[in-house]
This record gives sequence, C-alpha cells and structure tokens, in this order.
Amino acid sequence: MTDVHIHIHEKIHRGAKLPTIENFALTLNAGEFVCLVGQSGCGKTTLLNSIAGLDSHFSGEIRVGNQTKNPKIGFVFQQPCLLPWRTVRENIDVVFTNQNAEQILYVDNLLDFMQLTAYSNAYPKQLSEGMRRRVSIIRAFAVNPNLLLMDEPFVSLDAPMAREVRFLLQQLWQQRPHTVLFVTHDLREAIALADKLVFLTSRPMRVLREVTVSIPRENRHDIHAIENFREFLIQNYPELQPLL
Amino acid sequence: MRIVVRGKRWKTFSLRFLRDFEFMTQSKYLPILSIFAFLIFWFGLAVFLQSRLFPSPKIVARVLWQQCESGELPYHLGVTLLRLVVSFTISMLLGCGIGIALGRSEKLNAFFDNWLIIFLNIPALVTIILCYVWFGLNESAAILAVILNKVPNVIVTLREGTRALDKELLNMAKCYQFSRMKTLRHVILPQLHPFLMSATRSGLALIWKIILMVELLGRSNGMGYQLHLFFQWFDIASILAYTVAFVSVIQALEFWMLKPLDNRALKWR
Repeated sequence: MTDVHIHIHEKIHRGAKLPTIENFALTLNAGEFVCLVGQSGCGKTTLLNSIAGLDSHFSGEIRVGNQTKNPKIGFVFQQPCLLPWRTVRENIDVVFTNQNAEQILYVDNLLDFMQLTAYSNAYPKQLSEGMRRRVSIIRAFAVNPNLLLMDEPFVSLDAPMAREVRFLLQQLWQQRPHTVLFVTHDLREAIALADKLVFLTSRPMRVLREVTVSIPRENRHDIHAIENFREFLIQNYPELQPLL
Repeated sequence: MRIVVRGKRWKTFSLRFLRDFEFMTQSKYLPILSIFAFLIFWFGLAVFLQSRLFPSPKIVARVLWQQCESGELPYHLGVTLLRLVVSFTISMLLGCGIGIALGRSEKLNAFFDNWLIIFLNIPALVTIILCYVWFGLNESAAILAVILNKVPNVIVTLREGTRALDKELLNMAKCYQFSRMKTLRHVILPQLHPFLMSATRSGLALIWKIILMVELLGRSNGMGYQLHLFFQWFDIASILAYTVAFVSVIQALEFWMLKPLDNRALKWR
C-alpha cells in the first residue's frame, strides 16, 4: 500500500473556455478509502481518467508512491468493461502478464469470495448485471493495485442489487485493504463506504471540503447512523448544501 | 372394400410425404434442398430449350469427369488456385494493416482517404492492362494487378471496423497496461472478426473473378486462359464444367474452413 498525491494545476478540454479541473490537490493515505462527491458532469470521470493515464493532456503531477508514470492501477469503470468473447475467468486472467501459481490461487479466492466460482466458465452475457460488476471488481483487485479507482460502479444497478454488491465490496476491501478513490454523487453510498469524503465544486472542479467519516466500520450498514451523519454534515457545513 | 384400402394407403403415403417434407424443410436441410431445386430447375430449362448452348447438368457432369480424367482441369484449376492463395494472402495482410492504421489515426485517414477513393474507382481492367504494360506479361504483374484491385476493398472494410471499436474496452486495456500485441489479440481482433470475415468472403468472390480476367488477358495457363479457349470454340459445357469445379472448391473452402472458424470465434454469442 502506498500514499497517493494528486495535483492537477489545470485540465482544459479541447474547445472549452473554462478549465474542467483547476488547482486540484488531494492526498490519499495508504489503505484509505476516499469518496469523491460531486454533482454530475463536474469532472469526476475526467479526474479518474487523468489519474489512470487515459487522458494525459493536463498540467500537474500524479504520484502513486514514488511512481509518476505507469503506476499499478485497478479501475472499476461505470460499465463493467468485460470482454464479451472471454469467460469470467479469462476476463480476470487477461490482466496478468505472466500469471503465477500464487496469482491463480488469489483469483480463485476472489471468485469464491464474490460467489462467482460456479460462473468462472460463463460468458459475461450469461451473467446478471450485478454479477458483471462483481467480475470487474475482482479484476481490479486481482492486479493487487497501488491505487484502486472506482467510477460510480453501481450507478445503473437497482437499489437491492447495488446494496448487495456494495456490501461485498466493503467486505472485500476490509479483508484486502487498498488505497481507493471512489467517485459517486450519492452521499449515502459515500458515507457507507468511505474513510474520508471529499466534496467537489462544479466546473472548474476543485476540492471544496474534506470530511472524515466518524461512523465505525461495523455500523456502516445502519441506515440511521448514515442519516445522522448526513444531518451532521447539513448542520455543520452549509456550503455543502447543494451536494447533500 | 378395395377402394377403401387404396384410399387408406394413399392417405398413409400422403401423411408420410408431408411428414418427411416437414422434416426436410428444417433449416439444416434447407441448403441441400435448395441445391436439388436448382439442379431440377436447370435440368428442366435445358430439356425445354433443347439447345447446344444450354447443356443439361448431366452433360456438364460428363464433361467435368472427362476434364478431370485427362488432368487438364486439375492442372488449370490448381494454377488459378495458387494465384488466388498468393494474391488473397498478400491483399488481406496489406489491407488489414493499412485499414487498422487508417481507422486508428484520423490524420492518416484524412491524408489517404482520397487515394483510397481513386483506387476503389479504377476499373479492374485498367489496372490489369497497366500492370501488363508496365511490368510485362509475367506472373508478378498478374498477381500485382489482382492485389491492387482487392486491397482498397479490404482497407475500407477494416477501416470502418476499426472506427467502430469499443473505446471503453480499449481504455480498459490501456489502464491495465496491456501490450500492443495483447490489445490486438484480446481486444481488437475479436471485435474486427465480423469485418475480417466479410472482407475474406467478398475477397474470395472478387479475387477469383479478377484472376480469370488477368489469365484471360495475359497468361498461358489457368482457368481464365481455358475459358477463353472454350469461348472461341463455343464449348459451353466445358465453360460450365470449369465454373462448377471452381465454385465447388470455393464452397468447400467456405464449408470446411470459414464456417468452422466463424463458429469457433463466435462461440460466446
């Protein structure tokens, strides 16, 4: 596990007058689960793409541990992004360059944990949407990343399925903690998952406020605890009102 | 009483025929049924016309057998097939490479798009004549003429396929640091499969027609050369016999090679 330092001085999309991201600075401590909360279209996905190296047209520096280039990153996209012509197992194994016995065992354990062992030879189209999300989470964990990026991974799931996958993610992360940057616009989801909430301004995107979530991990499934914390945010941070 | 028995027999026969016909019209037997229907239609037309210029399937089959026995047909068919394999392989490799490059790079595509349109619209006959005039009546000129005719079609097909690639999957490959070869093998080629198969099928159909023209104009062997001779003698049965032989080879290729390849690649569907 490593610390992650993100500093983006400016990111302007081609043809745009205003920068999408400006003077964005954030530090993630090793093993910390950080949720970025911002309105739709504020530039969260652009930020994750910049961190993942999918978009390199910005000024600034992203340091994962000591690495500024090609850090080991796991990415759970908004869509599962699975190869439809590969089985579940192949979709996970494909991220390894030379898979060793230890990695094979690790993937076996992840599949078992996510209750997908029976489906390891199934093709993605044979799975439910929730199962596909679980596969993409396994793939991201399988590479043992220094930074795990998650871009609203439960956004198109219905509420019970989203709750189920979120619960499994929480369990998995507690067993195998990684530094996570999770993007969402759902505050309750963020409170349930995060160690730290980072609220973002709309364009240009900047950090508005960082808040540490004080609810103990074992109480994160308690809806009342989450609602109480939300009330606490409303009362103490009026500037966050549009995001709450 | 006898009439009743006959009636029963007729009824049983009719039911059995209808049941068999229903069995035959199941989709897997339809291709065989259609070939038989075609042969019957051909035979009927030949009987109706009673002309030396429209031989029946039986006469064509006899000529085909004689040509095979004499060794003429296998030799010329072999020569044409060899030319087909060489020109097809080079066309596909070149076309795929250039097509993928143009599909991936907007600048390259903007520069070469006009060239492509020019080459697509040059008549095959012009390319063949120019190749023979510039490079002589030799094998290389013949193969080059076929390649120049086919490559633009492959480029266009593959360029469109590459443009339609799923960007999210490419992002996934980039994010997980796939090598170029790995990206090509696991992400790009499976998506290009339908376009590759389309280019292969249309390529086979187009190339052999161009090869016949190339052989007719400037070679002293191959099917095109033979067809030219038969045309001079008005030997329609031999022309049809050679056509049947070649079409059968292409059909065999489709049945034994392309279809299994398709089935294997599209198993996930």
